[in-house]
Amino acid sequence: MSEPLLQVEHLKKYYPIERKWFGKQGAVVKAVDDISFSVMQGETFGLVGESGCGKSTTGRALLRLIEPTGGQVRFDGTELTALSAKELRMKRRDMQIVFQDPFSSLDPRHTVQRILEEPLIVHGIGDRQERQRMIRELTDVVGLAQSHLQRYPHQFSGGQRQRIGIARALSLRPKLIVADEPVSALDVSIQSQVINLLQDLQEEFGLTYLFIAHDLSVVKHISDRIAVMYLGRIVEIAEKDKLYSAPRHPYTQALLSAVPEPDPDMRRARILLQGEVPSPADAPVGCAFHTRCPKVMDICRARRPELAETGEGHLAACHLYPDTLQEDERIHS
Amino acid sequence: MTQPILQIEDLRTHFFTDRGEIPAVDGVSLHVHAGEVLGVVGESGCGKSVTSLSVLRLIPSPPGKIVGGAIRFKERDILRLKEREMRGIRGNAISMIFQEPMTSLNPLFTVGQQIREAVSAHRGLGKKEARAHTVDMLRKVGIPRPESIIDEYPHQLSGGMRQRVMIAMAISCGPELLIADEPTTALDVTIQAQILDLIRRLNEENGTAVMMITHDLGVVAEMCDRVAVMYAGKVVEEGTVRHIFKNPLHPYTQGLIQSVPRMNEQRRRLFSIPGHVPILHTQMRGCRFADRCQHVMPACYEQLPELVELEAGHRSRCLLHEVKFKEDVV
Ligand SMILES: Nc1ncnc2c1ncn2[C@@H]1O[C@H](COP(=O)(O)OP(=O)(O)OP(=O)(O)O)[C@@H](O)[C@H]1O
Ligand SMILES: Nc1ncnc2c1ncn2[C@@H]1O[C@H](COP(=O)(O)OP(=O)(O)OP(=O)(O)O)[C@@H](O)[C@H]1O
Ligand code: SF4
Ligand SMILES: [Mg+2]
Ligand SMILES: [Mg+2]
Repeated sequence: MSEPLLQVEHLKKYYPIERKWFGKQGAVVKAVDDISFSVMQGETFGLVGESGCGKSTTGRALLRLIEPTGGQVRFDGTELTALSAKELRMKRRDMQIVFQDPFSSLDPRHTVQRILEEPLIVHGIGDRQERQRMIRELTDVVGLAQSHLQRYPHQFSGGQRQRIGIARALSLRPKLIVADEPVSALDVSIQSQVINLLQDLQEEFGLTYLFIAHDLSVVKHISDRIAVMYLGRIVEIAEKDKLYSAPRHPYTQALLSAVPEPDPDMRRARILLQGEVPSPADAPVGCAFHTRCPKVMDICRARRPELAETGEGHLAACHLYPDTLQEDERIHS
Repeated sequence: MTQPILQIEDLRTHFFTDRGEIPAVDGVSLHVHAGEVLGVVGESGCGKSVTSLSVLRLIPSPPGKIVGGAIRFKERDILRLKEREMRGIRGNAISMIFQEPMTSLNPLFTVGQQIREAVSAHRGLGKKEARAHTVDMLRKVGIPRPESIIDEYPHQLSGGMRQRVMIAMAISCGPELLIADEPTTALDVTIQAQILDLIRRLNEENGTAVMMITHDLGVVAEMCDRVAVMYAGKVVEEGTVRHIFKNPLHPYTQGLIQSVPRMNEQRRRLFSIPGHVPILHTQMRGCRFADRCQHVMPACYEQLPELVELEAGHRSRCLLHEVKFKEDVV
């Protein structure tokens, strides 16, 4: 776990807002607004944050399933953002995605057999017989039965469909899997089956995961390091234990304190945030969190804090931490 | 112990579809005491929403029908009331927060119109008083700028705001029982914390009893006094929050509690219950959980276990208990 497999630098994705008869021209939704992080070989990197903060957009933009507005993505020694469409298709073998919704991410007209074979055909892998063997292996690996291969997605339960989605993502033996809320739609008892499966597969195939979720306990369970997003920005990155035991950013602190623990003896002091998340079309100037932050200072309303080291690889973007301030000053001087 | 304000006994609500008869609620018994918060948990499709809709007699019919059992609300026999009497109870003595806020807010009416309707229908307030009361309600549930939000339409609001409007509607008549069906499932945790806080204050300050339906064990641990765990149309365990979390007796509850990852501890592997819930049909025999149970015995496939009280207020539906009883007797 020494080399970064994935390096994301200053990634941005802006969506133009359709101009209505009122409304400013040239206004944009800053879905992802200048974020940087790297994911080590073999690591599980968690990405958390509330609905609309830009997690899925990040996952898709870095795979170039949608085109980033700006920034660089280096994957396994290659600058993804510089590849032509054809080169990118080749590279796709190594990076796959598993989607949240097992109900809509599988083509309802195709059998499981066909769903799993398609990526192999597209990439010209093996002959028919060899592909059959690979598919049989895959179904075993994700815990489906051979008899399932001739069935259609609607004949499966949610957890089984998610297994099919995972098998499809695995079929090309990728190095990186972006898992976008892979268990959010599942019941608790099924959730743990899929989480265990993802962990087993990681061990077996040396996979690297970018694991996107809004459930903080799930992310903590599966990740090595975690990044917290708010309004298109990363506000904190740390090893999971540090993040959960000593969160630095006031947003992370509030977010963690809001999670109800499944234990009647645990009563944590709760930081109740006021109001709601502002629109990403109209993010506050300075620190995007300043409108809800219990510790807001004057500088927060004026300057955007940079994501900076606060000690032992624990990064935070907050003016409470002097390092950030210096970094900020350097940039502005 | 006080008399329960809501008592559900052996409720059976079935759906009659092309695929046959579905026993969605298959002999459920539950009760809620005045001033208490009862949690109802269980896997998707186990019959939580159908149970609560049955209490308000809001089951779509056809295809649904309450085919058996009794529901008593403060000594009134709900299933025998005239529809007119039922309307007097709904949104008044019993109100409900629905799982899908958009399906229960009328898109053609402003927030104010909907709440006002609920208020004036039951309280006979004048127009002006009703508006003042409505603004008051909106403020109570933490809606900013209530004087202007009152004239907006549901689609202009965020999910969290809509849910708050629903709560404002639900509490505007001072209900004695609030049924909250997954009131926070669609919301972010920081907004969830605000809404749960609101429901808790309603319970503590006004003594409103709450039936809280959720699949989030964290919400249960935090909000509830007692819990009923449902599986495939039946209650499989019932007890205080401490019973359920500290000493779960039914193998399903035990599995469920162990399956959730926790923030305050690290386990390398999560416990997982193999398989998935059965498809409901009327010919089912034996324990509904048998296919997935670690302790399954041949008898489990034949005989439906009874809900047995094993300690005061703690009931579980599992043949293991009956075996153990026999051993104890011997
Ligand atoms: N195609 C699009 N056009 C315009 N805005 C978009 C588009 N896709 C996403 N957005 C906006 O970008 C922001 C980030 O969306 P994104 O889906 O990445 O959030 P997310 O963190 O994945 O949320 P969730 O937890 O709900 O999945 C949101 O405000 C969303 O409305
Ligand atoms: N209108 C309907 N027609 C046919 N079957 C129905 C109908 N409504 C509910 N059911 C069935 O009744 C069963 C119980 O559904 P219910 O909505 O009560 O589940 P739930 O426990 O609330 O689940 P969730 O956690 O997903 O909300 C399900 O198997 C469902 O398929
Ligand atoms: S009755 Fe049998 S199958 Fe059912 S939960 Fe108990 S041990 Fe398991
Ligand atoms: Mg998303
Ligand atoms: Mg429901």
